Amino acid sequence: MKTFKIGGIHPHDNKLSAGRRFEQVPVPKEVIIQLNQHIGAPAIPIVEPGEEVKVGQLIAKANGFVSANIHSSVSGKVSKIDTITDAWGTRQQAIFIDVEGDVWMPDIDTSCKFKPTCNLSAEVIKQKIADAGIVGLGGACFPTHVKLNPPKEHAIDTLIINGAECEPYLTPNHRLMIEKGEEIMVGVQILMRALGVDRALIGIESNKQDAIDELDRIAARKEGIEVIKLKKKYPQGGEKQLIQALTDREVESGQLPSSVGVVVQNIATVFAVYEAVQLNKPLIEMYMSISGKEMEQNGNFCARIGTSVKDVVAMIGGMPENTGKIIAGGPMMGKAMIHIDTPVTKRTTGITFISAKSAPRFKASACIRCARCIQACPMGLEPYLLYKKALRQDWDFMEAHHIMDCMECGCCTFTCPSRQPLLDYIRVGKATVANNIRARKSNEK
Amino acid sequence: MKKLISPAPHIHSGDSVTRRMGYVILALLPAWGVSLWQFGLGALLVTAISVASCVLFEFLIQRFLLKKASTIGDLSAIVTGLLLAFNLPSNLPWWIIIIGALVAIGIGKMSFGGLGNNPFNPALVGRVFLLISFPAQMTSWPLPNQGFMHYMNAETGATPLAKIANGSLNISLNDLLIGQTGGSLGEVSAIALIIGAVFLLATGTIRYYIPVSILGTAAVFTAILHACGIGTDVLTQLLTGGMILGACFMATDYATSPMTKLGQIIFGVGIGIITVLIREFGIYPEGMSFAILIMNAVTPLLNRLTPRRFGAPKKKKQ
Repeated sequence: MKTFKIGGIHPHDNKLSAGRRFEQVPVPKEVIIQLNQHIGAPAIPIVEPGEEVKVGQLIAKANGFVSANIHSSVSGKVSKIDTITDAWGTRQQAIFIDVEGDVWMPDIDTSCKFKPTCNLSAEVIKQKIADAGIVGLGGACFPTHVKLNPPKEHAIDTLIINGAECEPYLTPNHRLMIEKGEEIMVGVQILMRALGVDRALIGIESNKQDAIDELDRIAARKEGIEVIKLKKKYPQGGEKQLIQALTDREVESGQLPSSVGVVVQNIATVFAVYEAVQLNKPLIEMYMSISGKEMEQNGNFCARIGTSVKDVVAMIGGMPENTGKIIAGGPMMGKAMIHIDTPVTKRTTGITFISAKSAPRFKASACIRCARCIQACPMGLEPYLLYKKALRQDWDFMEAHHIMDCMECGCCTFTCPSRQPLLDYIRVGKATVANNIRARKSNEK
Repeated sequence: MKKLISPAPHIHSGDSVTRRMGYVILALLPAWGVSLWQFGLGALLVTAISVASCVLFEFLIQRFLLKKASTIGDLSAIVTGLLLAFNLPSNLPWWIIIIGALVAIGIGKMSFGGLGNNPFNPALVGRVFLLISFPAQMTSWPLPNQGFMHYMNAETGATPLAKIANGSLNISLNDLLIGQTGGSLGEVSAIALIIGAVFLLATGTIRYYIPVSILGTAAVFTAILHACGIGTDVLTQLLTGGMILGACFMATDYATSPMTKLGQIIFGVGIGIITVLIREFGIYPEGMSFAILIMNAVTPLLNRLTPRRFGAPKKKKQ
C-alpha cells in the first residue's frame, strides 16, 4: 500500500460515525451567515436589512481574487448586519436572516435528478465555481477557483482527490464517497475538464474499504480516474504528503503543488463542484460529522450554512454532560471552541466532543532526547530543537532550520513522551518568523 | 461545566518517560534472571545496593542540593542503577558499589542538570570511575555456578576476554550464549540480552541503527583483523564481554546518543571500531565502556546532522 515517506504517526482513528447516513438538519428559524468563511479578504455584503432573499441568492460578494462569494442558505428577510463573537472569541461581521418558507432561486435545479454529463468549457466551469463561492472544504477554506488557476509556468498533468480523511473522528468525506459516489465522480470529471488534464488519482486510506470499493466500481466506467488505496497513517491528507504518496513527486519547500504538475482537491469540495456546475447550486450546505466517545449517538449531518451548531448537536441528544473540550474539526488539527452556540460555516467539517478526562493539559517533564518527534515529523524537521529555540526566542535560528515548512499537523506533540507542548511554541516561532520575513521584504522594497 | 481551550493537537499517544524507562527495566530482566542463576546471592545484593543507592542519591540531590521536586518517579534512576550493577562483578564490596552509584548519579547525571542533559551515560561514568579507582576489585570476576549463597566469598577467575588476552581461552559457544562464564553481572548471557533487545525494538523503545551498526562494524573489523592473523574470531568477539549489553542497552541511551538516523549509524560505527581496537591492542581486555563514552563526547557534534527534510531543494539555487 502506498503512503508518504517521512515521519507520520498512528493515532486511533475513532471513526465512530462512519456507519451512519447523512441526516438533513431542519431549516432553523434564523440563520447567521458570517462574511469571513474563507482564507482571504471577508466578503462584502450586498443586501440591506429588511431585504427579502431566496435560497441560493448572492448576499455578499468576493472582495478581490483571493476571497469567495457568500449566498443565502435560506429564504426570508435580512434582519440585520452585525458583529458577532464566534466560538473562538474573534469578532466577525455576519448577516442575520429571519427564515420565511423555503423559496429557492429559479435557476437552481432542485429536481434531485442525477446529471452525469457536462460539456462546458474550462473557463465557464471555473467561473461557475467562483460564482458558487466554493472553497476547499477540508477545513482550510482556500478559495477553489484560485487553486484551479495555477501559475502559468506550471504545467498541470494530474488532478489529485483527497479522500484520505486521516483526521481521527471525522467522517463526512467517507460518507459522501459512499452516498454520493456517482456525483463525486462527475465532479472529478468536471475538475479534470477545468484543468485540462486527463489523469485523476483518488487517494483513500485503507480504513474506508467500502468507499474504496464504491468509487473503484464507478471509476471502472470512467476514463483516466484511478482510485488508490493508502496505508492508514496521519497526516496522509496533508497536501504534500498525499502528492508524494500517490505520485512519488516531492513538492519543494515553499513551492505550490502546481510546481510538480498537481492540483489537489478534497472530496467534499468535489461534491460541491458537482452541485455548482451541474445544478447551479451555490455552496449553502455543509456536510459534517458530530461525534465523541461520550455521545449517546454519533451521526453525520447536512446543515444549511448559518444554522447554529447547537441545533445540529441537538438532533442526537445534545452535548454530553462530561465534555471537557469541544473541537471544531478533529482532535489533531481542530480548534477548541468555547461553546456550540455558533453558526455553521464553510469551515465546519465536524464537531468532536472529548471528555474532561481525555483532554488534559499535561505537566511536561524534561526532554530526554529520544528523537521521537524527529521520527514523527512528516516534514523532516527537528521539533525538539525548534521548541528549545522558541523558548529562547532565537527566531533567526528557527528560520534557518526551516520552521516555515511546518504545517502544524501536531505529530510531534502527540508523540512526545515528555509531553512537552512542542507545537504550541513552534506556532509562536512560525508567527514571529513570518512577520520577520514580511518586514524584511517590505524593507527591501 | 468549564470547557478547556488549548491549541491542537487535543489528543496524546499516552506515551511517557516512565513507560519508556519501564520498558528498559523489563528488557533487562531476562539477563538479570540469568545472573541470579549464575552468581546467586551476589548478583541480587549488588543489584539491590546499586539500584537503591542510585534512587536515593537522585532523591537526596534533588531534594536538598537542587531544592526542587524529585523526579525519581520517572524510573530513570532505577535504569541507571540496573545498568551500573550489570557492569559490576557480583562479588564487589558494598561500599564500592555505593561510591559507583554516587559518581554515576551525582557526577554523571545530576551535575549536568538531570535526565536528558547528561552528555555521558551515567552508569558507564560510574563503572569507569570504579574501574580506574579499584582495578583489583573490579577485575576479579567470580566464576559461575558456585551455588546460591555466595557474595564476597565467591571464587574468582578470569573472564573469557581476559583468557583471550593471555591466550588460554577454552570455552564453548553454548556457554557464551547462555551465560556459563565468568564476567560482569549482566553481560554473561548473550541470549537473554538479545531477548531483551528484541523487546525494546518491538516496543519502539530503541531503533536498530545503533545496535546493528556497532555489532556489524565490530564483526567486519574483527574479521579483517582475524584474516590478518590478529585477534580472536568474529563470534567470540561479539558474544564476549559487554558487546551485546553495550550495543543494545548502553549505547542506545536516549540522552547520550545522536538523534538522527545518520548520526546514530556513525555513532555505532565509531563504537564498533574503538571497542575492537581497545580489545585487540589496548591494555584493557574490555573496551566497550570506553568506546561508548568516547562516542558520547562526539554526540553533540553528530546532532548537528539534520534529518532528511521533506522538499529540500535538490540543487542550490544560483
